[in-house]
Amino acid sequence: MTPTRKRRLIATSLILAAIAIATALTVLALSRNMSYLFSPTEVLSGKAPAGASFRLGGVVLEHSIKRAPGSLTVDFVVTDRFHDMPVEYTGVLPDLFREGQSIIATGQMEDGHFAAREVLAKHDETYMPKEVAEAIAKAKAAKAAAAATN
Amino acid sequence: MLPELGQFALVLALLLAAVQCTLPIYGAWRSNASLVAVARPAVAGQAVFVALAFGILTYAFVTQDFSVTYVAQNSNLALPWYYRFPAVWGAHEGSLLLWILILNIWTVAVATFSRHLPAALMARVLGVLGFISCGFLLFTILTSNPFLRHLPALPNGNDLNPILQDPGLIVHPPMLYTGYVGFSVAFAFAIAALLGGELDVAWVRWARPWTNVAWAFLTLGITLGSWWSYYVLGWGGWWFWDPVENASFMPWLVGTALIHSQAVTEKRGSFRAWTLLLSIFAFSLSLLGTFLVRSGVLTSVHAFASDPRRGIFILIFLGIVVGGSLLIHAARAPKVAGGKAFRLLSRETLLLVNNLMFVCAAAMVLLGTLYPIIGDALGIGRISVGPPYFGFVFPLLMLPVVLLIPLGPFFRWAAADWRTTWRALRAALILAIVAAIAAKLLFTHAPLRALAGVAATFWVGAGIVLYALKRWREAPAGSRYTPEMLGMILAHFGLAVFLAGVLITESTSVERDLRFTPNEVQQAGGLDFRFTGVTRVQGPNYLADQGTIEVRDGANLVATLYPQKRQYDGQQLQSVAAISGGVFRDIYVALGDPLGDNAWAVRIYVKPFVRWIWFGGLFMLFGGLTAAADRRFRAFRAGVEAPVLDAIPAQVAA
Repeated sequence: MTPTRKRRLIATSLILAAIAIATALTVLALSRNMSYLFSPTEVLSGKAPAGASFRLGGVVLEHSIKRAPGSLTVDFVVTDRFHDMPVEYTGVLPDLFREGQSIIATGQMEDGHFAAREVLAKHDETYMPKEVAEAIAKAKAAKAAAAATN
Repeated sequence: MLPELGQFALVLALLLAAVQCTLPIYGAWRSNASLVAVARPAVAGQAVFVALAFGILTYAFVTQDFSVTYVAQNSNLALPWYYRFPAVWGAHEGSLLLWILILNIWTVAVATFSRHLPAALMARVLGVLGFISCGFLLFTILTSNPFLRHLPALPNGNDLNPILQDPGLIVHPPMLYTGYVGFSVAFAFAIAALLGGELDVAWVRWARPWTNVAWAFLTLGITLGSWWSYYVLGWGGWWFWDPVENASFMPWLVGTALIHSQAVTEKRGSFRAWTLLLSIFAFSLSLLGTFLVRSGVLTSVHAFASDPRRGIFILIFLGIVVGGSLLIHAARAPKVAGGKAFRLLSRETLLLVNNLMFVCAAAMVLLGTLYPIIGDALGIGRISVGPPYFGFVFPLLMLPVVLLIPLGPFFRWAAADWRTTWRALRAALILAIVAAIAAKLLFTHAPLRALAGVAATFWVGAGIVLYALKRWREAPAGSRYTPEMLGMILAHFGLAVFLAGVLITESTSVERDLRFTPNEVQQAGGLDFRFTGVTRVQGPNYLADQGTIEVRDGANLVATLYPQKRQYDGQQLQSVAAISGGVFRDIYVALGDPLGDNAWAVRIYVKPFVRWIWFGGLFMLFGGLTAAADRRFRAFRAGVEAPVLDAIPAQVAA
């Protein structure tokens, strides 16, 4: 092997090794940090991972927002209009958070309710996140299918 | 009548763009001078008509012509006059028109300032730019016409999204687009070189200043966007890894790789095919970014309610541009000869590592951004890939860059010497270690990341200062710093400032959500916050609840802050944070909801060094502009590249 070729071989293998490491890291990080979105119907049918973080999407049910006196804790219900999921959150809520507004909450299940770490409402009030719209459509389809079999 | 004229102007611009992208390229191929000469007039004519269309749309906003659907959707009678201008680009149709306007400005600039370049090359460059313009004009006219009428006219419009009613919106999108679109020039030069088969390195020298300016503007646009989201979105964050932020960040990463690779190609003749490829990638990512933002395939804070036809159009256009340019590259680039040999220990190797890491980082961001779409298509489920992914992988990929960056200027082309570099740089290394230890002693609770930030800042910062001193001592007066070198020094110093900001803010910020009753005092980040209550305030087109919060450090009154929660006439709610800014610390207060009994939720952030993030961006901006101003790029003419090419390394090595 000529010295030039040898150098090139070394350089190429170093580059390939670096890319391999980067890819491995990336894939590892991806698989660990993916977060799925579920509707209340899907959560109640057991699709959401128990004891792990996921995102809950839906609409804030009318007349469901209750504040615990003397604290920043707030309870409300997220619905896909077929099933409801009680949510608890402590902290400042986003500007567009209100009843009837679609939201996405990140957190996990705790004793039958969803403990949210973060609540997001989209900045355009007429805009429903596509994911939430789909989740609601899916729940609707599931209910229609259930009605048909009965 | 005027809006119809605007639409007509767009159609005429499209026709001229079609001329611009066909005749000159054909003329250059057939060596037909009269067809080649068509390019400049076509550019000028197209620019006039695009400017006319843009002017008419602006006029419709200023005079509040609500018979135009787009105007009615994005402004209303109460909108103050100064927000009617940015309202032009406040939504999809208008921002597309802005895109086209900026592309035309770039094209006119290229046509004006490149008169000394070979006519055939210019014809091809302008032709490629015309092709891009053609695609976007067609897109606007077919799917996103801003001049559509709504008859009868509405008495009043919707409102401009209140989040956009901010001085930041006046400057952020134009700057960002100037950067985004600016990469089209580097792209056009690359394609022109490939089409013409003129693959000597002269074209790189001509493309370099344009790339630097585009990169500088993109840096400014991203910096402004980050600053804007910091104080407007009310979350106090400076970067969210939101798909739309990523869309502007990917071209920036590849653009950073490109300006370094261009330097190697220009000075040493190496990396030619790679530079061409990066030029294609940078612009393709700009286009992809436009697609991601405009098609609404991703859920994002920037997403406008969308129309699938738009997405398909951009996707097809993207396919043609990316696929076509890669085909041309595959066919022509192998003819490019190699350039000068270099050893493993050389500046070329360092720049190769730079390129590798930046391209890997861009690929990593791309993967994370597109993964939700891929997952959706494959039926895996509705996935989101959030900050934890990016926040973990990105710093890892950038670590080698930070460690190696001070070596770059000290390493010579072709063959570097460890010992001289070590002697020159050991002071920086020692300084970095001492600074980290001193920080640990001064702030005993400082987390490891903050210490790493201090060390990295001093390593990168002192490294570049040492290089500046070395030039000062060793080079003869008058030729100590070429603008190009000065630009590099500024930009690298900017990185040091940025690193300090990021690592210190991220590791030492205090973020608290608190419940305040009137006159209650609570502590956060070593400061006392006294909430005196909330009053009603009337603005031009909103009514606000305004809280008053006094911040004290011991007995000292540091600041009195007035965060607001605004109810706009268009019914949207928007909280406006109050910030007491400083070089070393920001105090950030946002008003939450009323909790009953006069109590309010208040969000308080204390963020040390957060402004350094944007200061760093500004240094990089000035670095990019300074480097682009290098006279070497302008004085240079076709046909004399060979002697200068050899002269440069000698000068650098001096």
